[in-house]
Amino acid sequence: MSQETEIPELGFLGLARYAWRQLTSMRTALILLMLMGVAAIPGSLIPQRITNPMAVRDFITQNPALSLWYDRLSLFDVYGSPWFSAIYILLFISLIGCVLPRSLEHFKAMRAQPPATPKNLARLEEYQKFDTDSQVLDRASTWFKQHRFRVLNEGQSLSAEKGYLRETGNLLFHLSLILILIGVSFGSLFGMKGDAIVNVGERFINVPTSYDTLSFGKLTGEKSLTPFQIHVDKFVAQYDPATNAPKDYTAWVTVTNDGVTRKETIKVNEPLTFGNTRVYLQANGYSPVVTVRDSKGDVAFQGPVPFLPQDGNLRSIGAIKVPDAIPQVGFVGSFVPTNSRSAGQGAISIFPELLDPKLLFSVWKGNLGLDSGVPQSVYRLDTTKLTKVGLGSVKPGETFTYPEGSITLETVVPWINLQVVEDPGKKYALVGGIVAVLGLLSSLYGRRRRIWIRVTSDGVEVAGLAKNGAPGLEAEIKNFLAALKGEK
Amino acid sequence: MQTTWAYTSNYFVYSAMALFTISFIAHAFETAFAVRAPEVADATQGNLLVKTLDYKRTEKTARIATAMMILGFLLLLAGVICRGISAKHVPWGNMYEFSITGALAFTGAYLAALRKYDLRWLGVFVSFSVLITLGTAITLLYRNSAPLVPALKSTWLVIHVTSAIISGGVFLLANVVAASYLYLERVESRGPRPAWLQRVPSLEVLDQLSYRLVAFVFPLWTFAVIAGAIWAESAWGRYWGWDPKETWAFITWVAYAAYLHARVTVGWRGRRAAWLCIFAGSTFLFNYVYVNVWGTGKHTYSGL
Ligand code: HEM
Repeated sequence: MSQETEIPELGFLGLARYAWRQLTSMRTALILLMLMGVAAIPGSLIPQRITNPMAVRDFITQNPALSLWYDRLSLFDVYGSPWFSAIYILLFISLIGCVLPRSLEHFKAMRAQPPATPKNLARLEEYQKFDTDSQVLDRASTWFKQHRFRVLNEGQSLSAEKGYLRETGNLLFHLSLILILIGVSFGSLFGMKGDAIVNVGERFINVPTSYDTLSFGKLTGEKSLTPFQIHVDKFVAQYDPATNAPKDYTAWVTVTNDGVTRKETIKVNEPLTFGNTRVYLQANGYSPVVTVRDSKGDVAFQGPVPFLPQDGNLRSIGAIKVPDAIPQVGFVGSFVPTNSRSAGQGAISIFPELLDPKLLFSVWKGNLGLDSGVPQSVYRLDTTKLTKVGLGSVKPGETFTYPEGSITLETVVPWINLQVVEDPGKKYALVGGIVAVLGLLSSLYGRRRRIWIRVTSDGVEVAGLAKNGAPGLEAEIKNFLAALKGEK
Repeated sequence: MQTTWAYTSNYFVYSAMALFTISFIAHAFETAFAVRAPEVADATQGNLLVKTLDYKRTEKTARIATAMMILGFLLLLAGVICRGISAKHVPWGNMYEFSITGALAFTGAYLAALRKYDLRWLGVFVSFSVLITLGTAITLLYRNSAPLVPALKSTWLVIHVTSAIISGGVFLLANVVAASYLYLERVESRGPRPAWLQRVPSLEVLDQLSYRLVAFVFPLWTFAVIAGAIWAESAWGRYWGWDPKETWAFITWVAYAAYLHARVTVGWRGRRAAWLCIFAGSTFLFNYVYVNVWGTGKHTYSGL
């Protein structure tokens, strides 16, 4: 006979109910909240893929063994990790289970009458007793009305209460937290985010192939992209001549959306808006416009090639790959907008504007491996299987010749990085945030208090009670007494 | 390139430091000279040798101390404003500016609270810590006035940082009060307070005061975080990205929420509450120092 451990009283439903009650207790919610605070810490100390992918890569090359463990524990993706998500989903459920029933209760309590006058007023705060006076209850009633107390008339006594706004605010605040969490999850499930580098003079069309990187929320996909086009007409970056620090970036664009074409500008703090989608100006750099010819003089490649900035003065690196040349050639390049030389580093840029631009490069020939199926960075050239055939530099208008052909720097155009973000949840989060602040204000500054007055055979008794020891009751009762005694 | 405005700002900051020094000395003198030896000093009965404080003798010094503090505050305010004019932006583009503005907020929080509570016993500490902050700022953190990088040009930044700095000033004040609580509690557990501590309010008052301060600014801090999110949305394309600065702002927020809950719903008082308050305040300081100096992320600009 097999013996099973039994839980006779609880059963499955009972167990579930028990678990639910535990999860939705305030203690659990607070522990979860603290846990979320603690769980957020490692993400601020260890580089994160979402904020700093480069630092993560460096960290992995320097600490390969440790990184393996970090990766197993999602420590490079703390905020998207299963354990972080588990905490906030549990907090979310706990909050709902904890706050919603309370709101209902509060709603009922708000419409209920103030509680009856306690028997023994003498034990309460601010207790006072003085001689009877036949009209005192009328005057008290008037005062309560003037000061918008809610009053329960019990014949020989009045019970008055004020300050429900405190609880209302408190519940609104806690409810707003739920709304914020809804907004955040809605945004991450149904949103999208992408980056595209666009040269000045080119057009960006909002389709998946236009993007350099593109990611969608779990419950949405390519079909959700808002149809629009942006032609970049002009881009101006202004720098402070004294410190080289950027002062202003402005892009002038022509936008086509819903069959309407209009002119717009995009600045760093002023994105373009298409419904839930916004387009941000996130970065900028330079694209040398080059013409590469083969040994017969035929054009093998012509056009702008975006280079990646490496420092504040926009010294940039990049690669020009020409698979159509015979043999294939590639250039490993560095571009400086204002050329200068430093003893240690070679060519450097001393100002971020195009004052004295120069393109420096080494030329390589051989199979570039572009059709090998292994994805390659467009900014780097793997030279391990290539042969170096030249080393040179050109300024705009100049041509450099090597045995297999030549390269001409025609001109230089700026590129801008457009970041396209769709977040359908942010309006809920915003409303949640506003309600949170308003709720907090009325919850932390509101004072809930009761005042009682009772006429007995040997005098009038007055007493009060302030919830959470809120200050100001003493002064209020003093005013009340003054009014009762007709001193006002 | 330094403008006249930047130099003017520096003069104001230096003069403010001079006044804070005088204020510090006056506050220290006040306490020192108010201590009065007992009139009947009977060496045979050691327990009678309890000194008392007599503030009648030092009332003038005390008033000078506070007056100097107010003047120092006004000069520092002028310094901060000139700095803002010189850089053509609100003066918190780098850590030097953030420090002088923070010192201003801390003094402001103290002076504002002084109107309502008898806090003069804190004056020695406030003037001293402001002096240290300004000294560090002008010697170690000083940077020439420079224009803001484009991402920082936003009204929401002004709103966000103003409310964050004010919240920080009050949080720090609450921390100082909580620390005084812990110190006094230890002193009292060993015997009666020494004379120079007699004017510090009772433990109960300190306990309540630090809670009041936190409860008073918590909505403002919440607002500061939200304003920051609104600004980030327009500058970086997301309202929340778990950047280290944002993460620690969140941690501070959670810590203070826990503190408020511990007091209001669980009923913590006294030592435990004071420690929790100090812990929460430390997360704020950590955010300011660690993330600005060693951190990486979008909030780290322009060489401090
Ligand atoms: C899920 C369960 C929670 C419950 C049942 C709960 C309940 C309460 C209660 C009863 C109060 C005191 C109201 C009063 O007596 O004045 C309160 C205050 C407060 N709660 Fe919560 N809370 C919960 C979660 C949270 C969370 C997640 C936060 C997030 C930050 C939070 C932040 C606050 C704040 C700031 C106060 C104000 C404290 C004060 O009045 O001084 N609560 N909460």
